[in-house]
Amino acid sequence: MTETAEQVEETAVEEEIDLTAANKILDKYQDMHGALMPVLQAIQEEYGYIPEPTVFLVAERLNVYSSQIYGVLTFYAQFHLKPRGKYIIRVCMGTACHVKGAGRIGDTVKERLGIGHAETTEDLLFTAEYVACIGACGMAPVIMVNDATYGSITVQKTDEVIEKYKAIG
Amino acid sequence: MSRINSPAELESFRKEILSQRDPDKPCITLCSGSACLATGSGKVFAALEQEIEKQGITAEVSFRTTGCHGFCEQGPIVVIYPQGICYLKVQPEDIAEIISATIKEQKIVERLLYVDPNTGEKSSLEEDIPFYKHQQRLVLGANRKIDPKSLEDYLAVEGYQALAKTLFEMTPEQVVGEVKDAKLRGRGGAGFPSGVKWDFARNAPGDQKYVVVNCDEGDPGAYMDRSVMEGNPFAVLEGLMIGAYAIGANEGYVYVRQEYPLAVSNLAIAIEKAEKYGLLGKDILGSGFDFTVKVHRGAGAFICGEETSLLNSLEGKPGEPNARPPFPATKGLWGKPTNINNVETWANIPLVINKGADFFSAIGTENSKGTKIFSLVGKVNNTGLVEVPMGASLRDIIFKIGGGVPDGKQFKAVQTGGPSGGCLPENLLDTKVDFDELTKAGAMMGSGGMIVMDEDTCLVDIARYFLEFLSDESCGKCTPCREGIRQMLKILTNMTNGLGQEGDIELLQELAETTKGSSMCALGKTAPNPVLSTLKHFRHEYEAHINHQKCPALACKELIAFYIDPDKCKGCGACLRKCPADAITGEKKKIHVVDQGKCTRCKGCFEACPAAFDAVRILSGEPVPVAVPEEV
Repeated sequence: MTETAEQVEETAVEEEIDLTAANKILDKYQDMHGALMPVLQAIQEEYGYIPEPTVFLVAERLNVYSSQIYGVLTFYAQFHLKPRGKYIIRVCMGTACHVKGAGRIGDTVKERLGIGHAETTEDLLFTAEYVACIGACGMAPVIMVNDATYGSITVQKTDEVIEKYKAIG
Repeated sequence: MSRINSPAELESFRKEILSQRDPDKPCITLCSGSACLATGSGKVFAALEQEIEKQGITAEVSFRTTGCHGFCEQGPIVVIYPQGICYLKVQPEDIAEIISATIKEQKIVERLLYVDPNTGEKSSLEEDIPFYKHQQRLVLGANRKIDPKSLEDYLAVEGYQALAKTLFEMTPEQVVGEVKDAKLRGRGGAGFPSGVKWDFARNAPGDQKYVVVNCDEGDPGAYMDRSVMEGNPFAVLEGLMIGAYAIGANEGYVYVRQEYPLAVSNLAIAIEKAEKYGLLGKDILGSGFDFTVKVHRGAGAFICGEETSLLNSLEGKPGEPNARPPFPATKGLWGKPTNINNVETWANIPLVINKGADFFSAIGTENSKGTKIFSLVGKVNNTGLVEVPMGASLRDIIFKIGGGVPDGKQFKAVQTGGPSGGCLPENLLDTKVDFDELTKAGAMMGSGGMIVMDEDTCLVDIARYFLEFLSDESCGKCTPCREGIRQMLKILTNMTNGLGQEGDIELLQELAETTKGSSMCALGKTAPNPVLSTLKHFRHEYEAHINHQKCPALACKELIAFYIDPDKCKGCGACLRKCPADAITGEKKKIHVVDQGKCTRCKGCFEACPAAFDAVRILSGEPVPVAVPEEV
């Protein structure tokens, strides 16, 4: 099957990833015992996700199969193979939050942004995640936007938070 | 001060630190745990710094940020020593008054005090607040006295005394013996005797051994390890080093959950400072003992709290469990003997060494010694971290410390032990909380989550909720866990959607027993607990869902309907304006009606209806009466 123009273009875009940063990360960790996870975590911090070319680079430099790397990447919830939003909204679905109405907060995020778990808005502004417990049970229900935590949240406060970040853009 | 080269130098450094601290000088402490930071502790910090300078009292007060105090719902928390005056929910605009009234004139700022929701009584001192009064904070206590980033603060509260004693006055066998005699059991969930575990690793053949801190706290509803790690990382490191000396390890790892950035950064600072003072690294305190430690961040997998999974993850592999034996004590990290304990367990070690096994084993019940930290959360007035001696009753924890259920609602159940724990009803509230009694009652200790549920919580939905979590987190390696959980979840989801069938309960029971009996690791073996315990104590709720499509707690969305009582509706339009689905019709002064086809059961109308009218009712298991939009 021949590739469509879009597919060719997509591949071309993928290949434009600048690997300098990934190489630097590998320089730092290469000799460490059990380097794979710290390397992938550092790459994700640098690029915001794990771009495909970096997987092959890591495979080559750490001398592991790329299939093993994909095994790790798809096992852990916190690795992402696609670009994500500027703002990551984490809706805590932990037990304390569940008991205190996290379901309605989750529904609100879904309705307002039109995205489900692990999905990103088209403008790459928001990614929604429904997570198990963020360990802030004392102020349930809780949502997080990137590193900021919003406790004792209500449907109305959720709206306000979303609007606030939309306004910043 | 540079490197500390002997126990004598350690003691003289400690004396020097203490001599510079006047115990009578006012000291303002501000909680900077994750919960308080989220409620604005950072801004309060800035305001305090500014105000102390502005009012010109820099020399007269000391100011310190501390780790988590535990009373998280009331943050940010400010405590003023030496009296221990405790101000709650402090905001930047309160600071000027705190300084001018309390510091300068010894007056209390009444509006910032704790008010008992049941009696209306105020408490000005931390120790008088019922939440703190009934606790025994042997492990968590230091959190409110020290800045987690300050080695000096840790030394001021007897830090590293236990390590010095271990390295210079005890043989490794004696250390293991002391931990065995203390009868300390692992705080991570299984409650295995720590001394026995250490002995296995110590006696395992091999030159290279490892010690590991398990800070992959994944149980939804539990966050005590987070607070210990964030608030007192030196204690965890000290415990770890004592364990390393006892089993003969020179390398350690701390595996921290990805979601706990503050724990990672405070730990990194602690390691750097300890290295600088020679309390980590080569020839610690001049004893000849070497120890290094590395921090490893998890990547979001609940199963990694299981020790063999955690070790696989440390090696850079997917965190799937291995069948045991071989246990990590003989074949662990990189195939070498490894001892792995939970954060709270390690934090107990300096206490055991300092105070001795006799002191420690005098606290608690016959087979569960010492204290345990619980995270008391959910539908309870005082939520937060609670440390009590083993053997305290559930009733005392929930009602004396927790202050009971808010809003005059009825207590229904308490869930202990994380997702694989169990739900206990009112008649078991006098259960003594220890490893064995909780298991006997059909729940478990787990890592210490304690979630209170009131009459509005549906226990079938709770069982479904936990199974959904476990189904997501099951690694899929063994069939009984992967498929058993999935099938149970399917049945429970059907029930909460009104599609339960006769025979479902029996099928659930059969699936639960099979999953329990044949799964490979603890995740699968305990996964059916939420189902079994709710079936045992709340079977009537299951029957109502199946036989009458009724949710007695009025919580399951598919089984409830919102209905406006024509006798009570005043036609004010509050519900109509609130409804996001345009499901309510009505005009001013006319009875409003809910279109059941359009209603999304968001509960908005129920909350919008003024309390004086109380016209919106939630129905379940009964037909919705037809209402006519006539005039009121």
